[in-house]
Amino acid sequence: MATRASKKKSDYGPIYKGHEGQYSWLLHRITGVAIILFLFAHVIDTAVVGWGPNAYNRVIRVYENPIVRLLELGLVAAVLYHSFNGIKILLVDFFPSLAKHIRVMGIVTLVVFIAAMIPITWIMGGQIVDLVRN
Amino acid sequence: MATATEPRRDAQPPERTPQRDFRGGRERPVGGFELWSWLFMRISGILLLILAVGHVLIMHVQDNGVGRVNFGFVATRWASPLWRTWDWMLLVLALIHGINGLRVITLDYVRKAGLRLTINMVFYVLGFTLFVLGSVIVFTFDPSKWPGYAS
Repeated sequence: MATRASKKKSDYGPIYKGHEGQYSWLLHRITGVAIILFLFAHVIDTAVVGWGPNAYNRVIRVYENPIVRLLELGLVAAVLYHSFNGIKILLVDFFPSLAKHIRVMGIVTLVVFIAAMIPITWIMGGQIVDLVRN
Repeated sequence: MATATEPRRDAQPPERTPQRDFRGGRERPVGGFELWSWLFMRISGILLLILAVGHVLIMHVQDNGVGRVNFGFVATRWASPLWRTWDWMLLVLALIHGINGLRVITLDYVRKAGLRLTINMVFYVLGFTLFVLGSVIVFTFDPSKWPGYAS
């Protein structure tokens, strides 16, 4: 019998010891927090438009940076994942009999998310490449 | 020859182990503020599906994404009441949805009630300030104050 000292990490099972849903739950939290923290900054940078073109155009120039644009790609990914996973949550909450299909729904959510991210990464990646070249 | 037999005992059905009732679905609050909060998250979530995903695709992906955004772009965009309404609704719903989400998360991770209230008050004050700032800008923005830029 494994003692505490000799237990390997795998003996404890995955974090939270639940099923796959734990990962979508965790991702929902992480993407949600990331989005609201960005929103705090984004409301302020957009509000600068009220102080005229010089001020606003200077602030918006922050985005002329490839690293910021990569973070922006991450933001788009976060919004999309949170949205698709949100649809899954809504469906299960309003149609509880769907709960027995939760595993399949989680996989479908992931597939739809990846399928959406492929063209978006292509488009935004192209913009970033153009930015680096110019 | 009579043999004594054990009195017949009917087989008992096995004790039912409480199973997860899938018809019950996920846990949800039964009433009070938490139920309204639960409902708000779902209704605002449906609206944000359109408002936030639409915003992100139009402003951050389409054409040159944020690369084409400048003062003139905003002036043209906000000439339309549709976009001013869209952006204001997005502002309000995203702030409340997001800050309520943070509140739910602090309920899980911050166990001391006083500290939790302090953290949440910071978010509430920040959220209210951004709501006022954003609303004033969305509704009072007038590019004609800077002639030559409004295209």
